[in-house]
Amino acid sequence: MSESISSVQEIGTDELPVIEPDPSFMKQMLEMGSPQISPCFQCLKCSSGCPLGFAMDHLPHQIIRMVQMGLKHEVLASSAIWLCASCETCVTRCPNGVELPRVMDALRQIAVREGVRPAEEEIAKFHDSFMDEIRCSGRVHEMSLIGRYKRRTRQWFQDAGLGARMFLRGRLGFLPEKVKDRDKVRSILRKGGAR
Amino acid sequence: MTFQAGACHGDGAADEGMNRELSYYPGCSLHGSAREYDHSTRALCEMLDIHLQELDDWSCCGASSAHAFDRDASVMLPARNLAIAAQQGKDVLIPCAACYGRTKAAQKSLAEDAGLQHKYAEQFGSNVPVSVPLLNLPELLSDPDMVEALKQRVRKPLNGLRAVCYYGCLLMRPPSVTQVENYETPETMERVFAALGGTPVPWSYKTECCGGGLVLGRPDIVNKLVDTLCLQAEEAGAEAFITACPMCQGNLDMRQKDAAAAFGRDYSLPVFYISELAALALGYARSNGWWRKHLVNPRPLLREKGLQ
Ligand code: SF4
Ligand code: SF4
Repeated sequence: MSESISSVQEIGTDELPVIEPDPSFMKQMLEMGSPQISPCFQCLKCSSGCPLGFAMDHLPHQIIRMVQMGLKHEVLASSAIWLCASCETCVTRCPNGVELPRVMDALRQIAVREGVRPAEEEIAKFHDSFMDEIRCSGRVHEMSLIGRYKRRTRQWFQDAGLGARMFLRGRLGFLPEKVKDRDKVRSILRKGGAR
Repeated sequence: MTFQAGACHGDGAADEGMNRELSYYPGCSLHGSAREYDHSTRALCEMLDIHLQELDDWSCCGASSAHAFDRDASVMLPARNLAIAAQQGKDVLIPCAACYGRTKAAQKSLAEDAGLQHKYAEQFGSNVPVSVPLLNLPELLSDPDMVEALKQRVRKPLNGLRAVCYYGCLLMRPPSVTQVENYETPETMERVFAALGGTPVPWSYKTECCGGGLVLGRPDIVNKLVDTLCLQAEEAGAEAFITACPMCQGNLDMRQKDAAAAFGRDYSLPVFYISELAALALGYARSNGWWRKHLVNPRPLLREKGLQ
């Protein structure tokens, strides 16, 4: 106990990084439709149950704190915002009802809008390919989706064996289906402001 | 106990509630990699005298991607389908857990958010329609009358089949959307499976995440989650998984071999859709086409239990 106290004294407060909280980032978040995060009291319940936490650079509760502190660059460049699988475990268990999955959504949206290079480029490219597929057909045809994704990532051979097995078992359909009223679908995506 | 072949429907108390008309939203997966989920759901409903009318010209719900880019689109994409559903005027069966979750969340947002209501009117030229009830498959099948009906119609009981029911995320969460009370330890699929003669195996990973749409971008992460689920299912003493979600089934079934290789394991657990097992137990004769689509071949296990 006393050892750790003396080591803190040895470092000296002037060597610790001092972070001036910057509320402008939170303001931008709210404008992007992020829910309030001020009720968070850092209990870590979200992070202890997060199934993707093991792969994230910052855990969900840390992301919340970082947003509150205004660490915009660090948050937008984090892998956590892309690895969140929107499993809804955190918000279900949070004692304060903090809607973390919606916070992650707003963060991804700001990152894309401001051209921040995603820490998980493949995941971002998957989402892009998925949205292109909806824009094109109104429905998602998995084989075309995989084709789009492979063109974007140039990972032609990743999971090629699995793709072949899926194809042989008839799990990948040949013919894409198209929605008749595709104009409406496109107008939804345009009005929404999606890229 | 056994259901007589050729017995006419409507002659038992349990049959009465069954002559039912539902709208049907298959979603993209059920017209693609999860076609056996679509086929088995249709086959099962036909056997239960539930008539399905597919939503006319339905479009993608936006799934795991729309909300990551654009909140309005993630509401308006399902809203288009909800508008079609309102016209058809029946409760909607949505077997895909992701479509169900996204559509139900959109319905809730539209009912509560005046800003979205305004955007809806702009986009669709009418007010937000009255909410139609949305149903997922475990919800439909675990209704007490339906469980009774299933029991009465079982012709090939799933005796001796030990399986864990795996719900994943969006059938249960968030409870503010799904309105489910028992969201951490649901029992709906267990009730259905038991009614079919099967032995549900208790385990604590029912509502864990399979990694969902991360599978293309980060298959290594999905392998890790799949590995944990398979180990836990095996340790609980299960021989198979039962699912009601194309993502869950897809990840567990299609990534299982890679996950086993990556972590040096030898599990091999077939991953069934609940509709496949229910239709099989009710005597559906042409299930072979479904089993062929599974990457973890379920036929040896079914043969062992005298179900093939
Ligand atoms: S569970 Fe809620 S209150 Fe607790 S740390 Fe996470 S967001 Fe904050
Ligand atoms: S929704 Fe995202 S942050 Fe929350 S528990 Fe799931 S993966 Fe973690």
